Amino acid sequence: MRPLLLRSGRVVDPSQGLDEISDLLIREGKVAGIGRGLGVPDDAEVVDASGWVVSPGLIDLHVHLREPGQEDVETIASGARAAAAGGFTAVCAMPNTDPVTDNQAAVGFIVKQAQAAGAARVYPIGAISLGQRGVQLAEFGELVSAGAVAVSDDGRPVASSHLMRMALSYAQTFGIPVADHCEDPTLSGGVMHEGLVSTRLGLRGIPSAAEEIMVARDLLLAELTRGHIHLCHMSTKGSVDLIRRAKDKGIKVTAEVTPHHLILTDEACLGYNTHAKMNPPLRTAADVEALREALKDGTVDVIATDHAPHHYDAKEREFDDAPFGVIGLETALALGITQLVRPGILTLAELIDRMSCAPAKVFNLPGGTLRPGTVADVTVFDPEARWKVDPERFYSKSRNTPFAGWEVFGKVVMTIVGGRVVFRSGAD
Amino acid sequence: MSERSLGKDLLGLESLTAEQITLILDTAEPFKEVSERPIKKVPTLRGKTIVNLFFEASTRTRISFEFAEKRLSADTVNVAALGSSVQKGETLVDTARNLEAMRIDMVVIRHPSSGAAQFLAERIRSNVVNAGDGTHEHPTQALLDLLTLRDKFGRIAGLKVCICGDVLHSRVARSNIWGLLKLGAEVAVCGPPSLMPLGIEELGVTVFRRIEDAIQWADVLNVLRLQLERMHAGFIPSLREYYRVFGVTVERLERAPKDLVILHPGPMNRGVEIDSRVADGPHSVILHQVTNGVAVRMAVLYLLAGGRPELAEAAKGKGEVAE
Amino acid sequence: MTGIRVLSNLASGMTVAHKRNSLLDARGFQRVLKRLAKEIADFFKSTAAEMEGPERPRLVLIGIQRRGVELAERLARLVEPMLGEPVATGALDITLYRDDLETIGPRPVVGETRIPESLDGKCVVIVDDVLYTGRTVRAALDELADFGRPARIGLCVLIDRGGRELPIQADIVGKRVKAKRGDRVDVLLNEVDGRDAVELVSGRAA
Repeated sequence: MRPLLLRSGRVVDPSQGLDEISDLLIREGKVAGIGRGLGVPDDAEVVDASGWVVSPGLIDLHVHLREPGQEDVETIASGARAAAAGGFTAVCAMPNTDPVTDNQAAVGFIVKQAQAAGAARVYPIGAISLGQRGVQLAEFGELVSAGAVAVSDDGRPVASSHLMRMALSYAQTFGIPVADHCEDPTLSGGVMHEGLVSTRLGLRGIPSAAEEIMVARDLLLAELTRGHIHLCHMSTKGSVDLIRRAKDKGIKVTAEVTPHHLILTDEACLGYNTHAKMNPPLRTAADVEALREALKDGTVDVIATDHAPHHYDAKEREFDDAPFGVIGLETALALGITQLVRPGILTLAELIDRMSCAPAKVFNLPGGTLRPGTVADVTVFDPEARWKVDPERFYSKSRNTPFAGWEVFGKVVMTIVGGRVVFRSGAD
Repeated sequence: MSERSLGKDLLGLESLTAEQITLILDTAEPFKEVSERPIKKVPTLRGKTIVNLFFEASTRTRISFEFAEKRLSADTVNVAALGSSVQKGETLVDTARNLEAMRIDMVVIRHPSSGAAQFLAERIRSNVVNAGDGTHEHPTQALLDLLTLRDKFGRIAGLKVCICGDVLHSRVARSNIWGLLKLGAEVAVCGPPSLMPLGIEELGVTVFRRIEDAIQWADVLNVLRLQLERMHAGFIPSLREYYRVFGVTVERLERAPKDLVILHPGPMNRGVEIDSRVADGPHSVILHQVTNGVAVRMAVLYLLAGGRPELAEAAKGKGEVAE
Repeated sequence: MTGIRVLSNLASGMTVAHKRNSLLDARGFQRVLKRLAKEIADFFKSTAAEMEGPERPRLVLIGIQRRGVELAERLARLVEPMLGEPVATGALDITLYRDDLETIGPRPVVGETRIPESLDGKCVVIVDDVLYTGRTVRAALDELADFGRPARIGLCVLIDRGGRELPIQADIVGKRVKAKRGDRVDVLLNEVDGRDAVELVSGRAA
């Protein structure tokens, strides 16, 4: 592998409090040095990065890659390529595939497929319960030894408080977090946020309380067990308030929020727009406000996309019958820059922290830093480049996004995984 | 969209202006008389093909539409979801494409999913009339309610109308709320809070907790049908208790300060939401509603069939050049 | 009233130089109406004389919306003393029987149709203000047929302006005029317009 010198880029690495114009040298898959006037090895590829941002590689803790089971919708390879195109050097794949990732072989399959794809890293998340049926714990030890970085029954809530308690306790043996999709199954059954808009559209609602009840339960169980609870895709102000209090009490909780919950409200469903149908649902402007605040102050730790591909015509349906979910890998960074950084809600360093450094810490993953000697997972992007979201150009096999046609800023130039360029803009 | 026309489709009253609603009601007036003729048929829509696409069981709405279509001389085909390709897993998109390929002029659609009528309207060139979509809207029902009230009171503006019952699951309630508010009525709702949608007050309606209070206030009660399955889903304890607490009974009406007019979209559950003696009594205009239903639907079909409002405008500009 | 019509043309953006010529003034109008009444009475008498059967037929005047309705009312009042018996009148709106819904779009408000009694065996005279293409009369005949089977149907018009597109002729005509295609014949009635007159408005002359 040739050494790579990124010359004169704006190196932003919140893990070191770094934000300066500098060179970055990558050698033998590792960050070899940051600074001006680094010695350039003879065989190095030199890239002029002036005007671009050089940051630790983005990490997405929450994606659905659909393989095995729905390879027509997404595969590990297509998902890993989409991730690389979106500036992600690593993603964590949720286990709700068919069959469920609830055993060593299934985890090993994902690792093998990801290696073959040679794009972004794919870390498997194992199931909490066998078949995600919510009854019997999966073999966490086997899952972890095969490569799983966390456990979750995402896609389905863990209805049984007893099972959640056991998972939080037992997972501590392996030092992995338990990630929960918080939704009280007896309060759900709706198709969008319950409020004025659902009333007008005559659509069944999912109240904020459906999420908040489970958030409260999980926090209490984390307190009881001293386990690490990771709360997926938080969507309500109430959830944020609960997490903030729990963190103050020292409960080991981390939480994520999606780009769409930071940007859109339930009004996106008007006109029965099935691309705005997701679970948890898009909530109100007050919730969006609270989520942005929580992301800023660290109550919510990370941005995760909940990338959920669906077949091209799956959303061409009545709102009731359309599946939940939206893809996000190839729009997350640009949406973050356009909707959060440019309006001054987050600094660029904060955005990079929430999309790279913090996720690495939360799931204890390599990367998330450009400290010399660490693995060279690096994202290079042009923060000023303006483009229009065109799902037809996505690397993902799916097209289900509510952001089609949006004008955004921030284009990924290079994605480097372990020192190897896995995506280069315009290189295909 | 010109206020003198409806545009391509009738999907709901939320999207209509007061002028458009009034236009439909005014157009319905002469159609009442057509149904009184010895030959209850005019050739207005001769040669037009209308498909009644019913994905949900409905007897009275379908019959009412069918009468309206036949009295306008349209050719009609009824497609019921049962036994059609829908049962074989055909999607609404496929159904729409097939209808389009058969060159039909209009579709009247009843569907259990909110938004299904709009979904169809956005995908086919034919006119689409919403005959009830999920718990969203049922515009022709509200229009016939409005026509009935206008017949009875001579006006809508200023009337106090309370919609009683399962507002949460009612498309009739939603369409009525929009129509009544746009025409200047005061609107209230009354029913168990467990059957009230969130944010209903924000639409501009008053909420009554007790049916007695609603009766004191209202000129008109529009009594919604209570779906019997609501009890099993835990929204109310029992039908018996519902009748005891929220039933519109003669005894309750007798305590009203004035004579109330009672509407009901049908079919009625006698002894659940309404007392038989009320349904059959002098307050009730329920059969008048049924008669007006045909006239209103004729008006809607007639207005949509013209289909080319820009030409209608031009024709008006010409003055009366034709004889 | 005429002013309003001109305004409506201006509103639609057309700039047409109108030239108005009087075809009938109020006195001429009265004179023509009286003659029409006399001819209707004669038409009815000859019909009655030709008809066999135990019952004498009755006369019904059916006006076509709009101005035909008022004309029929006035003519009925004039015919009654001539026959020495009441004459029934009715109104017919042919909007729903038009053959041009597609091209002109729906008339937003359909007028009243009022048929006084069963038309079976009656002598019906259709009354309209202007006879032009004949399409209105065609529609009226279709519509009347749905109300019954009159013994005879006649047609009485105040003005026949020529320009027929169908093989239809009036039995009784107040005045024949030659009007060009772009011209308009305005029949003004006291009840509707505040005065009785007939005017020819030449259009598209600019």
